[in-house]
Amino acid sequence: MTATTPAGSWQAARIVLQREWLLAMRRPAQVLQPLAFFAVVTAMFPLGYTPELAKLRAIAPGVLWVGALLASLLALEHLFREDATDGTLEQYVLSGQSLTWLLLAKTIAHWLLTGLPLTLMAPWLGVALGVPLSAATGVMAALALGTWTLSLLGSIGAGLTLGVRRGGVLLSLLTLPLAVPVLVFGARATELAIVGDSPTGALYLLGSLAVLGLTLAPLAAAAAVRIGLE
Amino acid sequence: MKEFFAMDGYALFLWPSYLITFVAIIANVIIARRAHATARAEALRRLDLESSETRV
Amino acid sequence: MGTNWAWFHRFGSPPHVYRLAGLLTPWFAWPAALSILAALYGGLVLAPPDYQQGEGFRIIYVHAPSAWLSVMIYAVMATAAGIGLIWRMKVAHAAAASCAGIGAWFTVVSLVTGMLWGKPMWGTYWVWDPRLTAQLVLLFLYLGYIGLRSGIDDLGRADRASAVLALVGVVNIPIIRYSVEWWNSIHQAPSVMKMEKPSMPMEMLVPLLLMFLGFTLYFAAVMLVRLRAEILRRERNASWIREALR
Repeated sequence: MTATTPAGSWQAARIVLQREWLLAMRRPAQVLQPLAFFAVVTAMFPLGYTPELAKLRAIAPGVLWVGALLASLLALEHLFREDATDGTLEQYVLSGQSLTWLLLAKTIAHWLLTGLPLTLMAPWLGVALGVPLSAATGVMAALALGTWTLSLLGSIGAGLTLGVRRGGVLLSLLTLPLAVPVLVFGARATELAIVGDSPTGALYLLGSLAVLGLTLAPLAAAAAVRIGLE
Repeated sequence: MKEFFAMDGYALFLWPSYLITFVAIIANVIIARRAHATARAEALRRLDLESSETRV
Repeated sequence: MGTNWAWFHRFGSPPHVYRLAGLLTPWFAWPAALSILAALYGGLVLAPPDYQQGEGFRIIYVHAPSAWLSVMIYAVMATAAGIGLIWRMKVAHAAAASCAGIGAWFTVVSLVTGMLWGKPMWGTYWVWDPRLTAQLVLLFLYLGYIGLRSGIDDLGRADRASAVLALVGVVNIPIIRYSVEWWNSIHQAPSVMKMEKPSMPMEMLVPLLLMFLGFTLYFAAVMLVRLRAEILRRERNASWIREALR
């Protein structure tokens, strides 16, 4: 069988990715809902605060990031839940492939279906908050890195809350404090981009979080899933 | 003595701080002792249940 | 292998730890009480008022030790959880569970006392300074841990899941601290309540150190009592319990 050979691992990862894609295409609503949520939440702020673009621009980094955070959390609920229910997750554990690797593949798929679209939407939502399109690259760079780290962090919480009743709220409570560094660096990078300054420093910090997350989070997520499936 | 309690006008902030700390200290002692008592009772109950079952 | 790990593995034995905890508790409890009372007297009566903050600085005698406890307890909790996870020791998991409630309580105390200190100093009850903000995030970490434990019915699973969470949390804490300080320095928010410890006169410093000691001893005593409760909850095998409880 394609046990733990490198070629086998890549094949397994590709299979997982393909599966995630197929499932997403069959349930487009599930993929689109977090994106719609992002848009709706962003729209609430002007209504709740002021229509003046200058004032909105000042709070835009916070609004965009909190919106993206919350939308990501919504999507994270589905990362493992259905697979746990229908037994697929168990198959991953039993497969002889590295669970860490398989879960990383799932997380990548999750980011491609959630984090990436959120990143691409952000400049346009930013326009609604008075953010100039010239800031788009900076905004997207920050959000791409940030949502990536969020997906990784969230996978840990998603694994831990498997089988917990009303795990969705608990998932948010667990993930948000851990996401504070991402939020701080990300919002700062966005702010600098909006003002026209170079966001490189903050982006480097975001990048280091993303790398740290990439190395450690899948291990923790695998441990969490193993415990959650007992 | 009154001056001591007035704490130069900071009394309103100082004494509630000490009070909440005191409350936390006492509360945790009580909670811990209650937890132990409950656990003891539970364990003894389980023991009695098991021994009465095996007496069949 | 020359090293004798028997002493370590004896700590994995619930009856041994249960008895030991019971014996040790008074040895922590009474010194704790004495230390705290002495520190209270020293801090409230003997120490002179501060040059800048007057009598108000005395809040430090409850705020700083509480903040210390909140962080130290999390570290102890994560360490115990890690030991429990790696060496599969129920006793270690019991120890981690014993810490959570106490840690959360004192995080709240440090926040409240911090706010009460801040009001006369800065004029508002809340300031987003790095220390208070970090304490707030720490409180959320504690609540998440407690919430996860209570959400899982099976005690063994709850132990292991919350252990992973505690370890993830403890790795994150320095990162969170750094990011919060970075955030604060960029936006130049009002500065932290500064009580430079090295420049404190002895009459102020000694009661503070005594309070730190007293609080730490107090935590040990209370945690040992809870530990006994948690050990009992995890013990299915009856034989030693009957001996120990009668």
